[in-house]
Amino acid sequence: MTVFIPTPLRVYAGGKDAVEIDAPTIAAVLQSLTEAHPDLRKHLFTAEGKLRAFVNLYLNDEDVRYLPAKEETAVTAADTLSIIPSIAGGN
Amino acid sequence: MGILHLTRAVYEAIRDHGEETYPHECCGALLGRAADDGWQVEAAVRAGNTRTDSAHNRYNISPLELVKIEREARRQGLGIAGFYHSHPDHPAQWSPTDFAEAHWLGCSYVITAVSHGKATVTNSFRLEGATEEDKRFEQDTILVEDENIVLERC
Repeated sequence: MTVFIPTPLRVYAGGKDAVEIDAPTIAAVLQSLTEAHPDLRKHLFTAEGKLRAFVNLYLNDEDVRYLPAKEETAVTAADTLSIIPSIAGGN
Repeated sequence: MGILHLTRAVYEAIRDHGEETYPHECCGALLGRAADDGWQVEAAVRAGNTRTDSAHNRYNISPLELVKIEREARRQGLGIAGFYHSHPDHPAQWSPTDFAEAHWLGCSYVITAVSHGKATVTNSFRLEGATEEDKRFEQDTILVEDENIVLERC
């Protein structure tokens, strides 16, 4: 599947805006992604190995946290995974 | 200090948006390319503020909307250079909330103060640092440009 890398993390993925990963589930895709690009890991996961709260994952146009199987959702080669850090704020 | 290069059109668009949504905060994304000294912004893309519960002092851009903005940016060969939002009747300075919710390292966060419905000061702050744990804001210099002519240094 294609994993789209957000602008600030591209420097840790060899400058690429998209990476092709062959793995069966979202969790496995993220594992393979961070094995191929180890510097991405600390930006996506806490020291305890949990996905950082501000990192949003979208399988195609669906928020992964609302999928029944969440990160254990099976994926196909035609799917895309978008990694999107949150953007919010205020005075 | 980094440089945020804005065309006059983008600069005005950011400020106009803040005036239109006053007394609520506006928000949007800045698309551009990395420059030697910072970012060259090519376009401002308006976004919806999902914080309808507290729009006068909070903003949030839906991640799905960001997915689509990033998709369009890729199509144009651009990246997300940063984001903009307004502070109604509040200084154009980042707040503790702005800092806590900033996660796009290397990107610029542009804030426009809108006083009684009129845009006043526009400032930009680059989110520097190697990780979420050592992030910090550093003020950019905004250069407003038109066809390679620097019109205004903010």
